Amino acid sequence: MTVELTGAEIFVRCLQEEGVEHVFGYPGGAVLHIYDALYQQDRIKHVLVRHEQAAVHAAEGYAKSSGRPGVVLVTSGPGATNAVTGIADAYMDSVPVVVFTGQVPVHLIGNDAFQEVDTIGITRPCVKHNFLVKDVRELAVTIRKAFYIATSGRPGPVVVDIPKDVTAKKAPFHYPERVSLRSYNPTLRGHPGQIRRAVDLILSAKRPMIYTGGGVILDDAAAELTEFARLLGFPVTNTLMGLGGYPATDRQFVGMLGMHGTYEANMAMHNCDVLVAIGARFDDRVTGNVEKFCPHARIIHVDIDPSSISKNVKVDIPIVGSVRNVLREMIKLIRESGRAPDRAALDAWWEQIEEWRAMDCLKYDRQAEVIKPQYVIEKLYEATRDSDVYVTSDVGQHQMWTAQFYKFDRPRRWINSGGLGTMGFGLPAAMGVQVAHPDATVVCVTGEASIQMCIQELSTCRQHGLPLKIVLLNNRYMGMVRQWQEFFYQGRYAMSYMDALPDFVALARAYGHVGMRIDRPQDVESALREALAMKDRLVFLDFQTDPAENVYPMIPAGAGQNEMILV
Amino acid sequence: MRHIISMLLENEAGALARVAGLFSARGYNIESLTVAPTEDPSLSRLTLVTSGNDEIIEQITKQLNKLIDVVKLVDLTEGAHIEREMMLVKVRAAESEARAELKRLVDIFRGRIIDVTERTYTIEMTGTGDKLDAFIDAVGRRAILEVVRTGVSGIARGEKALRL
Ligand SMILES: Cc1ncc(C[n+]2csc(CCOP(=O)(O)OP(=O)(O)O)c2C)c(N)n1
Repeated sequence: MTVELTGAEIFVRCLQEEGVEHVFGYPGGAVLHIYDALYQQDRIKHVLVRHEQAAVHAAEGYAKSSGRPGVVLVTSGPGATNAVTGIADAYMDSVPVVVFTGQVPVHLIGNDAFQEVDTIGITRPCVKHNFLVKDVRELAVTIRKAFYIATSGRPGPVVVDIPKDVTAKKAPFHYPERVSLRSYNPTLRGHPGQIRRAVDLILSAKRPMIYTGGGVILDDAAAELTEFARLLGFPVTNTLMGLGGYPATDRQFVGMLGMHGTYEANMAMHNCDVLVAIGARFDDRVTGNVEKFCPHARIIHVDIDPSSISKNVKVDIPIVGSVRNVLREMIKLIRESGRAPDRAALDAWWEQIEEWRAMDCLKYDRQAEVIKPQYVIEKLYEATRDSDVYVTSDVGQHQMWTAQFYKFDRPRRWINSGGLGTMGFGLPAAMGVQVAHPDATVVCVTGEASIQMCIQELSTCRQHGLPLKIVLLNNRYMGMVRQWQEFFYQGRYAMSYMDALPDFVALARAYGHVGMRIDRPQDVESALREALAMKDRLVFLDFQTDPAENVYPMIPAGAGQNEMILV
Repeated sequence: MRHIISMLLENEAGALARVAGLFSARGYNIESLTVAPTEDPSLSRLTLVTSGNDEIIEQITKQLNKLIDVVKLVDLTEGAHIEREMMLVKVRAAESEARAELKRLVDIFRGRIIDVTERTYTIEMTGTGDKLDAFIDAVGRRAILEVVRTGVSGIARGEKALRL
């Protein structure tokens, strides 16, 4: 006779079977049985956050940096609603997280019971899928499905809503080795005919461009991308989510593209004749005005999600499949063909690109008396480039400067909120990264507005000994908002001045960490090195930066990629 | 262009909400939607009428296919197909002249009178949406007390079938 386990015990066993080592969560009435079961084992470690939004961001940081799914456990009602921002963030950036929410007992569902919300209804538009488990006998198979859906195809968040009584009832435990869903079968292999057509077009290009996004990171295809690009000698640009997919220090890399991308990347996009888009989704922050997007190009688009193809921009050769598989196929075909791209045309194209690059669009005043934010990122890069380092960011100018000035040579090292643009992401995401990589250096670059959205997590860092390095570019403004108000609202700075800021050094200390304030450019480097040397302490570096600095270049909304505002 | 999209859906709580939610969230319009169980108790058949240019319809079908609960889908308007809608209409029919006239109309449109009172007829009619519209026009809006339409359902002509 098989032994029967409670739902809570089944839950724990399922997570163990999935190889889950860490859960980010926060307890409450509806999940107390589960917490009790977690308490009685020691294989799965629980990281107690201070707000459920942070639990999801931490799980995202964990997943983005490690490639393994992030796991979240929160209670019903407010626990679930607090988690929604994180869930939406994971949805927009295709992050594999599984979020378990407690729910009121089955017989009370629909009664406006204490701490009841329709979690399934609230999260439906921002999950890859969600489940309500009403029968304990369905629990194990549902959890198996949740992990499968979250991590396969185009990854994304899956919510599993578990009523309290289901965690108390008993059932025999059996964890299915695999599940199959008749309605869900991601296409992994690209269509061979389409791949052949793509390769033909690629080899006939005179002004080619490779544009890649987060899909390359998610599918662990950076090595394949690098091989592909080197084989062809084509220029490569990455989206904000795709940074690290191709080594930023390589000559063929022309920088990030899009609204705050480099002049050379955007000009090369605008003038290319063949565009190879890989694991990118033609987001409006990338394309600018779609009417003016890549007017001369024939477009190849490789993506695992068919609905990403021809959504914003009509493409000529769509290829649905895992980007890693398709890249491998293309490399093989190019090699076998014995053909090579037109050397002379490519040389002329590179000459043109180098001219654009020589504009030095990221230049800034290096003689300034006040700390320039770009300078901090440059120094941060120099101080960490040779170590095992991960960089997260919040949302705003500091995020763009980090994307522009930190040279990511490896995938999964740059962790930020791209699609949803969630202020408050950086600190909890960094916690998740540190949990996944205890010995690595984890830096969170943030702004004084963003950091205050999840500042309470400094307490989590203290409890769990997470020695993050927080680099605050403190310009006393919601800088990105201020920049738009300067450019487009004649300098009417409505509500963007951050008044009544706390003393961040004292605040860091109050939480039990080290705080440092840096006012002069000449102290930037030494402060960074000092902080980085404190391997086992969280150090909060408050850099007082130029409040008037703007992010350049910039493509204003509605403009084409060749219509950049330069410094 | 008007399209009839028909799909097999997991017969699960919330599956319909996923489809309806997709349309409202992405700003696609639904003209009509009908859903009912099939001979396979694990599946429902959902048919909806929407409109949009080719790009929009392509996105709609891709987004629908992406829903985990959508098992299989067909755009019936891509091929030869039959479309039907059923309507129940309650009509004022008090004077004998009006009653006779109505009866004739119902016959012409191949409908049936399924309930009769001293003052009303209730009529059942099946056909394409256009035919039902034409009947309503012929009866005249003033005579109509109530109209209930099922929304369009459809099936492909010939041997093609939407099944697993
Ligand atoms: C949760 C949330 N609320 C509002 C915004 C809009 N927003 C985008 S950037 C920004 C300002 C960020 O200021 P700060 O964190 O100080 O960074 P800076 O731009 O100064 O580097 C705001 C308010 C957002 N992205 N997220």
